[in-house]
Amino acid sequence: MDQLRMTIERFGGVNLLPVAVALVALVLIGAPSSWVTLTVAGLAMGMMIFLMASGLSLVFGLMDVLNFGHSAFVSFGAFVAASVLAWLGGWLGADSILLNVAALFAAFVAAILFGLAAGWFFETIIIKPVYHDHLRQILITMGALIVAEQIILAVWGGTPMTVPRPNFLEGSILIGDVAIEIYRAFAFILGLIVYIALYLTLNRTRIGLLIRAGVENREMVEALGFRIDRLFVAVFMVGSALAALGGAMWAGYETLITPALGGELMIVVFIVVIIGGLGSIEGTLLGAIMVGLVANYVGFLAPKLALASNMLLMMAILLWRPNGLRPAVK
Amino acid sequence: MTTTPTLGDRAVKLTVLVIAGLLLFAPFLFQDIRSLEVAARICVFIVLVASYDLLIGYTGIVSFAHTMFFGFGAYGAAISLKQMGPGWDAVIVGAIAGALVSLVMAIAIGLLSLRVKAIFFAMITLAAASVAMVLASQLSHFTGGEDGITYKAPQLFKTATKLMLNDEGKVMRVFGVKLNGKLAAYYFVFASSLVLFLVMLRLVGSPVGTVLKAIRENEARAEAIGYRVVAYRTFVFCIAAIIASLAGTVYAIWLKYTGPDTALSFSIMIDILLMVVIGGMGTMYGAVIGAVLLVLAQYYLRDLMGTAAEAVADMPLLPFILDPDRWLFWLGVIFILLVYFFPKGIAGTLAQKGART
Repeated sequence: MDQLRMTIERFGGVNLLPVAVALVALVLIGAPSSWVTLTVAGLAMGMMIFLMASGLSLVFGLMDVLNFGHSAFVSFGAFVAASVLAWLGGWLGADSILLNVAALFAAFVAAILFGLAAGWFFETIIIKPVYHDHLRQILITMGALIVAEQIILAVWGGTPMTVPRPNFLEGSILIGDVAIEIYRAFAFILGLIVYIALYLTLNRTRIGLLIRAGVENREMVEALGFRIDRLFVAVFMVGSALAALGGAMWAGYETLITPALGGELMIVVFIVVIIGGLGSIEGTLLGAIMVGLVANYVGFLAPKLALASNMLLMMAILLWRPNGLRPAVK
Repeated sequence: MTTTPTLGDRAVKLTVLVIAGLLLFAPFLFQDIRSLEVAARICVFIVLVASYDLLIGYTGIVSFAHTMFFGFGAYGAAISLKQMGPGWDAVIVGAIAGALVSLVMAIAIGLLSLRVKAIFFAMITLAAASVAMVLASQLSHFTGGEDGITYKAPQLFKTATKLMLNDEGKVMRVFGVKLNGKLAAYYFVFASSLVLFLVMLRLVGSPVGTVLKAIRENEARAEAIGYRVVAYRTFVFCIAAIIASLAGTVYAIWLKYTGPDTALSFSIMIDILLMVVIGGMGTMYGAVIGAVLLVLAQYYLRDLMGTAAEAVADMPLLPFILDPDRWLFWLGVIFILLVYFFPKGIAGTLAQKGART
């Protein structure tokens, strides 16, 4: 038994969990082609959720602030990107891939810039006065969420909004008898790039070192003379920008968005953060991929259970590891 | 802590007494259907908010699953009234079933997550509540899905029921109010709310209530003195869940309709939060004030804003700001400002007035 555990540990420990889930699903589903489609869909969904959840997790790890208004950034990102795409409709319809990419790029940049600005505003105006007071933090960020949702309703109206997709991301690739939607592959790759960038920043740069040190022991970093409050603002802004980017990706994925989008995703994002363990990027990625895969597999195998699958997954993991899979915060 | 009541304390208690009096005579004072609707809603929400105050104000746990328990009670009554037909047995079965489900869920959630940080608990309850709501809309053959369930209340509460007859064999009127089933239903709501509220008031006044306050103020110290914090927290969570569930049953009987919007939706949770914070956490009386203010605002402020928007329609920007659809926006802003500047809410801030420190 111990030897088995050692072997599993050497090959990656809990990181193998998604692989194990995928293998079990392969046996249960039977048909490899639908399994591949589902796996790709699950990975893409996981990556988009990772984008949204990573900021929340980092912010919590570093500042001990849980932002219940985080989903507001997701909704804002989705709506800003959708507006930009609609505005640049001519570029999207064009045959030139260059113009397509430019429009998509513009939409993402708009979402990210908006996320940065909103994050700065949120952190300095709303959250700064209530550091170290969890109860009031929860209440205030809830209040901010209400206000943000109302602003979205006021600006974009309550009717669902269609999001135009660039031409080159439409359709799917056929490999053998396996169909892979291009947008899903694109979402997966983009998420992976963001993950690698985050990983490198956190583990290979001086700022990353400071952030990790701040998560570990905040007072000590302050005592060494670093302005950790500025770092907080920066991390919060980046986290919000990532959430907005995630929202923008999600808008393109769903192609029909409503103001309720943020609220619906918030639950999933929370579940991911809880599963992954608060404060670690690796944990969040793991949690996001688990949630994405399980949601897609269960949706195929037992559609009735699909809606409760996330919750069941969370309960199972919490019973096994009460602090999540890979927590960074003690 | 002083034991002698301050001037502010008396003001708060007096306000609550006045509200209770107004609610008691509501059918006679405000004789239209809408006002009665508002009064019944206020009664139910006072109980619901006070039970939430037990959690957030007296133990410092933030739960987002309170509407879930409310919904269990409401759906319990709704389903049993639908299946067994209108009758008291159905009401009792529904109330007990709803309370039992709430109790089991509360124990499960509590034991699973009350040990961990407050924030974890908030997230888990939020997830649980959302799953409950999804289930309610999915299991449509059982819960009626998005449409909800309409059913008949017990015979006594039907509008056509005559409680007392006058000489001509028609419904007797007292001060112009028909003594019909609607009146009986209102007094059923009022009496059960009053009983539940008094039970909670007794609970926080008892030694248990003192322990709860001790846990809120300093968890480590309470633990060190020898109180089992997790046990007390789970206990309060269960009590609050059961009371919320009973309030749900009462509301379901009054409305004769139960659906996701009236019993489970997240907006009710937000209402409860707003009421607790506006009224004042940890005071019980605050729940009364908060519930009254917010329900009144829900029913009348929107009309008022609509009229105001029409009145200033020619001016720039003002009609946009006063648009009745914006009312939740302003409520959110007020909520944030309140949490910043008056974290004790109306009742808490008032009670401090005149206190000698």
